[in-house]
Amino acid sequence: MNAEILNLSLEHLELVAIAIAVAAGIGLPAAVGLTRRAGARRWALGLANIAQTIPSLALFGFLLPLPWIGGIGKRTAIVALCLYALLPILRNTLTGILGVDRGVCESALAMGMTRRQILWQVELPLALPSIVAGLRIATVTTIGTATIAAAIGAGGLGVFIFRGLAMFDKATVLAGAVPAALMALAADEGLEWIERRLSRA
Amino acid sequence: MAAAAKPVLEIRDLSYTAGGRPVLRGVSLEVGEGETVVLLGRSGSGKTTLLRAVNGLVAADGGEIRFEGRPAAEWDPIRLRRRMGYVIQDAGLFPHWTVEANVGLVPRLEGWPPEQVAKRVEALLAAVGLDAAAFGQRYPRELSGGERQRVGIARALAADPPLLLLDEPFAALDPITRFDLQRQFLELRRSMGKAALFVTHDVREALLMATRIALLKDGEIAVLAGPEEFRRSQNQEARRFLEGIEA
Repeated sequence: MNAEILNLSLEHLELVAIAIAVAAGIGLPAAVGLTRRAGARRWALGLANIAQTIPSLALFGFLLPLPWIGGIGKRTAIVALCLYALLPILRNTLTGILGVDRGVCESALAMGMTRRQILWQVELPLALPSIVAGLRIATVTTIGTATIAAAIGAGGLGVFIFRGLAMFDKATVLAGAVPAALMALAADEGLEWIERRLSRA
Repeated sequence: MAAAAKPVLEIRDLSYTAGGRPVLRGVSLEVGEGETVVLLGRSGSGKTTLLRAVNGLVAADGGEIRFEGRPAAEWDPIRLRRRMGYVIQDAGLFPHWTVEANVGLVPRLEGWPPEQVAKRVEALLAAVGLDAAAFGQRYPRELSGGERQRVGIARALAADPPLLLLDEPFAALDPITRFDLQRQFLELRRSMGKAALFVTHDVREALLMATRIALLKDGEIAVLAGPEEFRRSQNQEARRFLEGIEA
C-alpha cells in the first residue's frame, strides 16, 4: 500500500507538472500577445472562462471521443487539466502586465526603449508577482482536479479515491485524498513564498 | 529676444487632430541651443501633445519637425528618443531598479562600457545634488518626491542629449521643494547649455524658467515672447494667466 501511494503520488505529480508546464507554455506567450489587442483579449478570456465552467467530469467525457487528443489515458487528462489551468495563468499575466504604471511604460518608451526591451526589462519583471500568483492558483486547483483524471484511466491519486468509493472503504479514499491535499498545500505555500519574495524585490 | 545660435529643434506648421477635434493647429516654434522654451497653457491647450509629437509618441498629421537639422521623419524613432531627455510629472522611474540603474538606462541601452556608465551616473547624481554613495543603491519608493524628480532629471541627462523634454516636471512637488528644483534646473542649464522644451500650467514657473514663453490656446500659439515681454502682453489669455499672480 505504501509503495502504491508513493507511485500514484508521483504519477499525480507528473500529470500536474506536465499540464501546468504546457498551460504556462501556451498561456504566458498568449497573454503577452493579448496585452496589445483589446478585442482579442475579451474573446480569449471569454473562452478560457467558459472552459473553466464546464464540470471536470463532463469535460473528460467530452474529450474522450475526440480524435488526436481523446481516448483513454494520460493525454486526454492532460489536455483537460491544461484547459482549466489556462484561465488563471492567462488572466493573472494580463492583469500583471496591464497593471504596470502607465507613466513607467510611457517614460520607458520616451527614453528610447524598444517594445521588446520594455516587455523584458520593465513589464515582465513588474508583472512577475502577479504571474506567479496565477501559476499558484493554477497548480493548486490542478492538483485537486487531477484526482478525477483516474476516471478516464490516467492514473494518479484519484485511483485510490475511485477504488475506495466503489468498495465503500474510507481508508482507501483517504489514501488518495490526504496525499493530494498535502500536495496542494505544499504547492500553495511554496509558490506563495516565491510570490512574496518577488513582490518585495 | 531671437533664438540663440542654431536651432536644435524646429517645428513648422504642425497640426494634429484627435477624434475629429483639432488639438494642434499650425504650430511653429524653434528651440535654440541653451534655450528653454516654456509651453504654457491650460489643460487641453495642446501643450503636452506638442511635446509628445516632438519625440514621436504622437504622430502629427501635418507640418514638419526637424531635430538637429534633420526632418524627424527621417530619424529612427528609437535613436531620436535617445537623443532627447524626457522628464514627466512623477518622474516615471522604474520601481524595480535602483537609482543607479535608473539613471544609467540610456547609456546602457547605447552600449556604453559599465565603468563609463558608473562614472557618468555618479557625476550626474552629484550634478542634481544627490550623493551617489548614499542614493545609488536605493529604490525609487525609498525616496521623497523631490529626490525622485532629481533622479528623473539625472536620468534624462544621462546620455548627454542636446534637447530635454519636460512635462510639468515639478507640478506634484510642495512649493519649497519645487523652488529648490527650479533653481537647480536653472543652474544645470547654465552649466550644461541644453536646449529644453518645458511644459507647465504655472505662469510663475514659466516666468522663472523660460528664455521664451509660448502661450498655447486651443492648439495655437497665442503669444511667443521672452518673460519680460510676456509680462507686458495685452493678449487676453496671457492677461488671465498674469492676473492670477498680480492679484
